Amino acid sequence: MTGDAGAEAMKGAAPAQLEVRGVTKAFPGCLANDDISFRIEPGEIHALLGENGAGKSTLVKIIYGVLQADQGELLWEGKPVTIHSPHDAREMGVGLVFQHFSLFETMTVLENIALAMNDVRDMAVLRQKVIEVEKTYGLPLDPDRHVYTLSVGERQRIEIVRCLLQNPKLLILDEPTSVLTPQEVEKLFETLRRLADEGCAILYISHKLHEVKALCQRATVLRGGKVVGGCDPREETAKSMAEMMIGQKLTAPDRGKDREFGDVRLEVSDLSLISDEQFGTHLKNISLKVRGGEIMGVAGVAGNGQNELFQALAGETEHEAAPDSIKIDGTSVAHFGPRRRRRLGAAFVPEERNGHGAVPDMSLSENGFLTAFRRMALAARGLIREVPTRSFADNIIKTFDVRTTGSGAEAGSLSGGNLQKFIVGREILQDPGVLVISQPTWGVDAGAASAIHQALLDLAAKGTAVLVISQDLDEIFAICDSVVVMSEGKMSKPRPMADVSIEEIGLLMGGLHDLDGNATPANDTALEGGRVGQA
Amino acid sequence: MEWLVPFTLTVITASTPLLLAASGELITEKSGVLNLGVEGMMLVGAIAGFAVTASSGSAILGIAAAVIAGVLMSLIFAFLTLTLMANQVATGLALTIFGIGFSALVGSKFVGFAIEPLPGLSIPGISAIPIIGPILFGQDFLVYLSIAVVIGVGWFLAKSRAGLVLKAVGDSHHSAHAIGYSVIKIRYLATMFGGAMAGLGGAYLSLSYTPMWAENMTAGRGWIALALVVFATWRPGRLLAGAYMFGLISVMQLHAQGAGIHVPSQFMSMLPYLATIIVLVIISSDRAKIRLNAPACIGQAFRPAH
Repeated sequence: MTGDAGAEAMKGAAPAQLEVRGVTKAFPGCLANDDISFRIEPGEIHALLGENGAGKSTLVKIIYGVLQADQGELLWEGKPVTIHSPHDAREMGVGLVFQHFSLFETMTVLENIALAMNDVRDMAVLRQKVIEVEKTYGLPLDPDRHVYTLSVGERQRIEIVRCLLQNPKLLILDEPTSVLTPQEVEKLFETLRRLADEGCAILYISHKLHEVKALCQRATVLRGGKVVGGCDPREETAKSMAEMMIGQKLTAPDRGKDREFGDVRLEVSDLSLISDEQFGTHLKNISLKVRGGEIMGVAGVAGNGQNELFQALAGETEHEAAPDSIKIDGTSVAHFGPRRRRRLGAAFVPEERNGHGAVPDMSLSENGFLTAFRRMALAARGLIREVPTRSFADNIIKTFDVRTTGSGAEAGSLSGGNLQKFIVGREILQDPGVLVISQPTWGVDAGAASAIHQALLDLAAKGTAVLVISQDLDEIFAICDSVVVMSEGKMSKPRPMADVSIEEIGLLMGGLHDLDGNATPANDTALEGGRVGQA
Repeated sequence: MEWLVPFTLTVITASTPLLLAASGELITEKSGVLNLGVEGMMLVGAIAGFAVTASSGSAILGIAAAVIAGVLMSLIFAFLTLTLMANQVATGLALTIFGIGFSALVGSKFVGFAIEPLPGLSIPGISAIPIIGPILFGQDFLVYLSIAVVIGVGWFLAKSRAGLVLKAVGDSHHSAHAIGYSVIKIRYLATMFGGAMAGLGGAYLSLSYTPMWAENMTAGRGWIALALVVFATWRPGRLLAGAYMFGLISVMQLHAQGAGIHVPSQFMSMLPYLATIIVLVIISSDRAKIRLNAPACIGQAFRPAH
């Protein structure tokens, strides 16, 4: 069934809440939206699916008045409208919960809400309204707290309350769950279902297909700026929807069977660190062991110490922990900087690609040189060896199928997924003994993500110890052999993947430490089994 | 105690131009724009005010001209940095150098001219009260205006919706843009206010402080005003206190010499900067403090993403 057919069936009845007709938007060098049409009925939860760069965000911005379409029209309750600005959109009854929160850290919850309201006369009245909405929808929030003191889930609540105060007729959510625990997601869904029951139309944008399946009644799929189809997510599988999004068959990563693990290659024992970042998390008694050939996942909601852990492992933070609190292949390295750790065979891929993993204004071959010059012998007598440097970059581009104009292209000109493939490739081709990688496929399209997953599995198969820090539980379940969960700077005990359910991880992410491996004696045994060798 | 009244009067006159220029720069910086051209805008304001007053005989026209000149200077800056996305630090430095040269060029004809200083307020009876009278009720109107401006700025930032929006733009321009505020327009207005106040501060120098024109007569006060904003950690109340403290330091050397204490004048003129450096070190050691008041996006060019 296509989206158009679904729309046909509904025609004749009440007009759609919003109908998009033939919307086209071009940016220099790319056609972001190409003749897009679909409709959303009142009370419907409608999913907008597509990979990065499929044109979802552009379309949302057109509906919210941030951008203007080059061609095509929008019909609101059956009447053509022009939306000049977000102000107009809000006036009409469109609410938007942003993917990257549009909040101001140093201001209070109430001030943040006031900033996004069209007319605020009296802060006391607004406060009253905020408290009412919070009560009605079960979204507790203290209006006078400063945003920087709030958790990510609470921040999202601000955005939602902000929208609900305007009595929206259409609520748009752009990747709303990427920062939530499974339990928080369930709560969000309850709120959304309730809103839909009250007649509010909801446009839900996500690449988490399980969630789309659980929540949405209809889906429109975009690819390359075009509508390529529609479906009823309840009748599809996550795999079939993913294939519709990328337009080709999807192969699950091949984990290999009967994996054997070697000696411990990365060992962290009782590492505690005080973060000197203002909104940072202190690490408390972190211990873990990753063996050669093992992929260990670090799950957790963002901001629970994962960044601090990565920086401590990579040697980016200077600290006074005992030298032997971090060991790479048996050598104590906690007092070493990143370069000396790399010399021992460790490699690191940070979460942020531009500016941390790569220098955006430098070419790919220069970026390749930056971390690989020693191990790949790209420098001689203090000078860059041009030819090997370029061929190293070319090799990464070829091996990891990086779509680019060549090794001379600026790193910043690559799309997120392609740059990530390049960075991951750069580290993997150096044949590291230990790889620490943070959010390997964050914001990466499904095709590139599965390539990166396969590369990590292949690397582990060669005997490398891999530590994957990820917020994406699907990813952890797909590639990891064991998992630990971080919450408020503490780490749960490692558990073999086979013995742990997504619900348990969710509870650990929420910070319920009493469940930490001690829930049942059976789990304890499993834990031991996991640590000594895969049972 | 007979020195107290003239001493206090010189402190007030030395502080007023700092307070005016710094109040303007505070608003500019709160919107996320760092305009290092304050010194240049003050000089151009000073010569514009002096030239128009000397030619027309009207101080009011002169003051208006100074404000307009300051705004025009700030518009050059705003156009370069906000519309053409030039680097704010380099552009601000260039604006100061331009202002020094341009004011000297225009002012060469006015060197040696004399004008009547701005009249002080004179309320029969009250202004004659000893000590309090001349200090509180005998100043020219720019002194009172400067106090009103800083109080107004404080009220604007703390209480008004427009002030909230201004802070929001300085705090996270991408968020502000996403909600639907016009970042560039708000920054233009904030920069223009900064220019207007710098021009006014310059006019105070050439019309009241020393009613004459001399090349480079601001003598670094624009830089002190900039330092003052950081010194005050972007808070208007502290800005007022800081302006008077810096004013006090700068006149102390004169009075110290008069009293026969020999402190090198260079040492005294160094003090405001030294104080700023010390404050910077202190506030930088406590990130929470600077984080809560400093505009997070200061100095960053804003390009709306698609």
